[in-house]
Amino acid sequence: MSMQTAPSNAAGLRRDERLERLTLFGLSSPAILLILVVLVIPVGWLFYVSFIGANGQFSLENYERMISRRSYLRIFVTTFQVSLLTTGLCILIGYPFAYFMSQLPSRLANLCLITVLLPFWTSLLVRTYAWLVLLQKQGLINNWAISLGLWDEPLKIVHNMTGTLIGMVHIMLPFLILPVYGAMKAIDRDYLKAAANLGASPRVAFWTVFFPLTTPGLFAGALMVFILCLGFFVTPAVLGGGKVIMVSMQIVSNIELFVNWGAASALGVVLLVLTVAILWVASRFLNLDRMTGGGH
Amino acid sequence: MTIKAAEALPISVRNVTKTYGAVHALDDVSLEVKSGEFLTLLGPSGSGKTTLLMVLAGFTRPDCGSLTFGDREVIRTPPHLRDVGMTFQSYALFPHMTVAGNVGYPLRLRKRPKAEIAERVERALETVQLGGYGDRRVDQLSGGQKQRVAVARAIVFEPRILLMDEPLSALDKKLRDQMQIELRHLHEQLGMTTVYVTHDQREALTMSDRIAVVNHGRIMQLSTPRDLYEHPANRFVADFIGDSTFLTVSRVGSDVVFGGVPLIHAGPLPDTPDLQLMIRPERIVLSPDGPRDGANNFAATATDVVYQGDSYLLHARLDTGEMVALRGAVRGSNAASLPRLGDRVTLTLAPEDTVLIDGSQT
Repeated sequence: MSMQTAPSNAAGLRRDERLERLTLFGLSSPAILLILVVLVIPVGWLFYVSFIGANGQFSLENYERMISRRSYLRIFVTTFQVSLLTTGLCILIGYPFAYFMSQLPSRLANLCLITVLLPFWTSLLVRTYAWLVLLQKQGLINNWAISLGLWDEPLKIVHNMTGTLIGMVHIMLPFLILPVYGAMKAIDRDYLKAAANLGASPRVAFWTVFFPLTTPGLFAGALMVFILCLGFFVTPAVLGGGKVIMVSMQIVSNIELFVNWGAASALGVVLLVLTVAILWVASRFLNLDRMTGGGH
Repeated sequence: MTIKAAEALPISVRNVTKTYGAVHALDDVSLEVKSGEFLTLLGPSGSGKTTLLMVLAGFTRPDCGSLTFGDREVIRTPPHLRDVGMTFQSYALFPHMTVAGNVGYPLRLRKRPKAEIAERVERALETVQLGGYGDRRVDQLSGGQKQRVAVARAIVFEPRILLMDEPLSALDKKLRDQMQIELRHLHEQLGMTTVYVTHDQREALTMSDRIAVVNHGRIMQLSTPRDLYEHPANRFVADFIGDSTFLTVSRVGSDVVFGGVPLIHAGPLPDTPDLQLMIRPERIVLSPDGPRDGANNFAATATDVVYQGDSYLLHARLDTGEMVALRGAVRGSNAASLPRLGDRVTLTLAPEDTVLIDGSQT
């Protein structure tokens, strides 16, 4: 008897299972559609356009141009240079700041956190132009420094690499400070007590226990800053004064000046591929780090 | 091979006071821990026992007082130069190091050669029965194993003093009982002066040579487990260690009187206006044949009888109105004849179990 009912039962269960899967697929279809429309199709289109030459035929000329013209190489070098320097400076400034914040009593720490977040919530454009006002030849910084006798001639600290870096570091800092601060707050104070008890001076305890435990946060923050820098446009465009050409700016000029969508798309594709590659490599390292117990 | 016994050091705490605002975390505490002794600081949370341990370790700076390890005054010595081993309630094992990395950490700081570190780490792990666990990650260990690694890390550099802050509080009961015995053996084997903090009175009684009962930042009583249990200095100690019933008694001339009847007692008589009779539930017995000569007898009515497997607990109301608890063993011979609700019973207390204490809480 049971042998007879079992198969028909199983068929019904299989049908339920199929139905459930269909329902779940149906429920997730808006999200899939959204990703398709705003991500897959545009990026696919980008790839397609990048392989279309000036004559409207399939061609590799957009990529050939990137290899053959030295100016393009220089743009990529500049982009990486600016991104690396910004990331490095963010670490140098942000890590000690996060450490300082993590040692404060919570009320003061929250106050500090707000000073970090406030600029974060202000328009990018506003902040960039504010730096322009501060840094220019007759700007606040030059005027004050000269009247205080720090230097005699107005320093060129804007419309060049220096200005770009100042602006970008300021804008990127929260992206580094927040994950690092989070990692620091998560460290149990008993670890540091244990280190001291076992014979570590405060300096040694910092480098052997505290710092290693913050590296996952530091990596995450640095990676975020670096990736964001690679595609940055507004700040280098305004504060670089045309001397610091990054990939994003070349894309804009390809479209606005030369109306060459193919060339612009090819640059976008290369930037996208580079970013994904970096993320992929980094994620392997980050996972590795978590596996050795560094993550929380 | 295991770790060899280190030469122990005595600890001397003199007149240490620590205040947080108006609160006296430690109130003029003096304490001598003998060389090689296992001394437990026992008290409720907020009593100051952990503060005292943190003063010993150097993490809390007292307002005043002196602290010596052997002949060395260490009250102003920073923690990393005190050379004492310590285990933490949270274990505080470094998550970014392996088991061997953790245990070898104090030796690496002391710049020992690599081969020596490897050998001593393995020896320390064997001492806590974790030989061969060196390559494990800390998060792969069970609670009991973490506790053992923490102990191994605290003893690997052969400190002469070992401090333990509620090391077993995170373990389940069975494992805790087992670890108590193990730590006790380890102490006998290594012989280092050990100061142990706990709020668990049974743990303190099981493990210690002596127990300091701490409350309100002061040491209420410092004595052997047996003496503490049998002759508590005051009501607080009596209440904290073991279960008891307390009856207020009065002095009439040279007699101590309860319910109009003079008590026969063998022990010392504290000089206090607030004299109380302490009755341990396992010391008072049922007398099925009525009042016994040469002992203190109380007529009572059974109000509650609870069978608890290894024993039974009887709550009885004395004819004078007070409630008294009695714990008796369950045997085949008496299992059938346990008192029932409402039974009239006679409770008997032998003179040597008739303990009179100072009824004050402090």
